Amino acid sequence: MDADELRRAIWRMAHEILERNRATAELIVIGLQTGGVDLAERLAAALGEIEGTAPLVGTLDVAFYRDDIGLRPVLPEAPTEIPDDLTNKVVVLVDDVLYTGRTIRAALDALHDFGRPRAVQLAVMIDRGHRELPIRPDFVGKNLPTRRDEAVDVTPDGVDLGEIQRGER
Amino acid sequence: MSRQHLLTIDDLGADGIEELLDLTDSFVEVSERRIPKVPVLRGKTVAWLFYEDSTRTRLSFETAARRLSADTMNFSVSSSSVNKGESVLDTVQTIEAMGVDAIVVRHGSAGVPRQITGWVDASVINAGDGWHAHPTQALLDCYTLRQHRGNIDGLRIAIVGDIKHSRVARSNVAAFTAMGADVTLVAPRTLLPPAVGLWPVEVTHSLDDVLAHVDVVYLLRMQLERQAQALVPSLREYTAEYGLTASRFARLDPDALIMHPGPMNRGVEIAADVPESPQAVVTNQVRNGVAVRMSVLFRLLGSEVDPRQLVEESFSG
Repeated sequence: MDADELRRAIWRMAHEILERNRATAELIVIGLQTGGVDLAERLAAALGEIEGTAPLVGTLDVAFYRDDIGLRPVLPEAPTEIPDDLTNKVVVLVDDVLYTGRTIRAALDALHDFGRPRAVQLAVMIDRGHRELPIRPDFVGKNLPTRRDEAVDVTPDGVDLGEIQRGER
Repeated sequence: MSRQHLLTIDDLGADGIEELLDLTDSFVEVSERRIPKVPVLRGKTVAWLFYEDSTRTRLSFETAARRLSADTMNFSVSSSSVNKGESVLDTVQTIEAMGVDAIVVRHGSAGVPRQITGWVDASVINAGDGWHAHPTQALLDCYTLRQHRGNIDGLRIAIVGDIKHSRVARSNVAAFTAMGADVTLVAPRTLLPPAVGLWPVEVTHSLDDVLAHVDVVYLLRMQLERQAQALVPSLREYTAEYGLTASRFARLDPDALIMHPGPMNRGVEIAADVPESPQAVVTNQVRNGVAVRMSVLFRLLGSEVDPRQLVEESFSG
């Protein structure tokens, strides 16, 4: 996927989000630290251009909610900034890559500490499969079948698939 | 896996302090949430072993542990077997047999927390030992300074009062100088430690001399019993020479910060209404104390893996 395809995917996802939710006023777009933050901003900007008013944008770091504490280092990566009480809002969680689903599970736990959203929807740029939990995205940029030993890298320039180097997990 | 402990500021070094302060930003954010609680220490148990009374430090640690979802266990020395003559060794082994992951210790004798590390597998956190060290106080003071000044490096800090009997002063000298501050101790000869010449600080006996040239005035609590020990002629004389009186406060730089570890003796080391001035950040120190202790507990218990061995992961789960 190159930068153009990425941009088109963001616009398509923005249209899909609006088809499903109609108005941006009750939407809050929340990017997961760190990969989802840039995508969340681009998605919110696209929503704003289509509808006239952009939704609120936030960021969420799920380090404190992960289920692999003790298995690997868990350190906060970047700030959590939730712009408003989430009660009765529709939250669109945004991440770059959906893999095992464990990050999303942690994010759902974290969201509850900020209120009770009316609904939570999930937008990911890449769904690479290999789910370990019953979690499914609502909006997908691209389905990309992968092996577990491959690494998916999403940048503003596009999406790359590479081998995981030794020493990484 | 060998457990990690927090015994002194020197064990941490500048990098360790910096790392904990960075981590504290995250816990300040958690503390401001609608539900200020995260599940990182679920299933971990933290025990308090306080041989000296301390409501503030214990409540601060307890709030920190609860915000991280840890279970807490209070071994109250005054109402327990210690009064019946139980040794520290027997007490900590009893606590450990109940299954604890960390023991937070305060003791009147220097070195007790370090001694305990040799007896148990749990992490030991020093919450004050004798005149020796009080590392979490120094960390929260560093965090407060960083919050108000952005950087500790180059700040001119005067620590005023009973340096000799103060673990807060010792830990703060270690932390402030490690972070690059210029520290001046201000005290009468009787309240300075004999080996102060070896410390990386300036020493003066006159508060008036330094008042106009400092960015921070850090006042220590004047223990009332020092008068009985004849270390100061009288509290009134101490206040006249070393108290931050209204007239001294007026001579401070308008941007200078006033700090105090609490509890304050208003009218002795600090004039009654100075703590209400916007320059006094005493309540911020208390607030930051919870977040700093969260980061210490999290750092010691939250991950079995040393974060310094952190490998960059190139994909997200």
